[in-house]
Amino acid sequence: MLALYLREIGLSLRTGSGALTGILFFLAVVAVVPFGVGPDLNLLARIGPAILWIGALLASLLGLDRLFQADREDGSLDLILINDHRHMLALAIFVKCLGHWTASVLPLVIVSPLLGLFMNIEPLGIVAATLTLLVGTPAITFIGAVGAALAVALPRGSLLVSVLILPLTIPVLIFGVAASRGAVADPDPFLPPFLILTALTLFFAVIGPLAASMALKGNSD
Amino acid sequence: MNNAPAQPSRWMALANPTRFIALTDRLVPWLGTAAALLLAVGLWLAFNAPEDYQQGITVRIMYIHVPAAWLAMFCYTAMAASALGTLVWKHPLADVSLKAAAPIGATFTALALVTGSVWGKPMWGTWWVWDARLTSVFVLFLMYLGIIALTRSLDDQAKAARAAAIMTLVGFINIPIIKFSVDWWNTLHQPASVIRLDGPTIHPSMLWPLLICAVGFTLLFLTLHLMAMRAEIWRRRLIAMRRMSARRAEGQAQ
Repeated sequence: MLALYLREIGLSLRTGSGALTGILFFLAVVAVVPFGVGPDLNLLARIGPAILWIGALLASLLGLDRLFQADREDGSLDLILINDHRHMLALAIFVKCLGHWTASVLPLVIVSPLLGLFMNIEPLGIVAATLTLLVGTPAITFIGAVGAALAVALPRGSLLVSVLILPLTIPVLIFGVAASRGAVADPDPFLPPFLILTALTLFFAVIGPLAASMALKGNSD
Repeated sequence: MNNAPAQPSRWMALANPTRFIALTDRLVPWLGTAAALLLAVGLWLAFNAPEDYQQGITVRIMYIHVPAAWLAMFCYTAMAASALGTLVWKHPLADVSLKAAAPIGATFTALALVTGSVWGKPMWGTWWVWDARLTSVFVLFLMYLGIIALTRSLDDQAKAARAAAIMTLVGFINIPIIKFSVDWWNTLHQPASVIRLDGPTIHPSMLWPLLICAVGFTLLFLTLHLMAMRAEIWRRRLIAMRRMSARRAEGQAQ
């Protein structure tokens, strides 16, 4: 399992669709916003956490369709699928998700404080936003695994995957933004939405790999 | 010891598409007539129901809006049950049922959103607010469209059925969120007033037309669903026959 994890990281880093492109895309999304809403620093500070979250969400959807496709092309997906025990397959997908997250989403979380500075968020808000991203983005990867597994069979499925996945990620987005806003704005609490966000991640860590394993079994010929 | 030959249960007997079509041929006219009658009675009652002391005449939108919203959720639940049928029991008609229900559900959801919007404009002063109920129903609408896109994007029917079934089941978590959104979050949308533990809180003079409309809409859904399933079965037969004749023509040419 550790080997699978390391292999996944290596794959994501080497194929180029991984960390660097994601960060560039994230940067581009965040940079576009001030042009769209105007360079008012107070406004940017208020919507900053939301922009960081939307940027990270879109950027983490970028490489998702490659999660199983690379394996399918070189045949190792079949090897993973031959492993007949259902729970082992789900576990393998779970580990692959973790690897994918480490390679292509964790860098986004790491650069987000810097982008938070651009957005004029105050220091406490930056810490909170980064923390919520760290806790919440795995949920997006786990949900995305279902879409990626469905997309393996689709000829050009990446757009459809994003369309299918985005509605399901809305709760994660809501509670992520609510928690990071709660750390700065006074009457709003930080801890309850943050705990719900953690719960969502744990919930999808179970549901996502299971559903993805069912989808992969269904698609294998 | 049970030595009797295994009788196929009635449920599995429906798996025979010919028998299913014969059944729908008999059921659909009755269901359709019942739906039309109930809707006519329900709407007539609705137009004669008292006006709300706060909302005035706009309360009559409720008799369309509430059944449509209820069916938006009911249809998704039926799809999730069909998805289970596809994945667990491999019932051959479950896939047809899911595929046929998705456009109907999307239509009811759109109807609920539009009538809600028309109702919201005079009551709340806005066409749309991003509150929990509205947002979660909007998400439901997006999921319907996504599932429709998914069922139509794969050539292989068995694969498309499985993919759509998995997507439907994963999206089912949205249904309890919609149901309880008005209780969990304090939002603009009014809390539940019909299905409550302590009984409905709306007056019987309004409740009865609403219930009759709801039953009428449900029968309408069943009629449309059976008709769509029948059409889908015919469509699949047509494709299979075309394939067979093409194969035969190929055989003759050689």
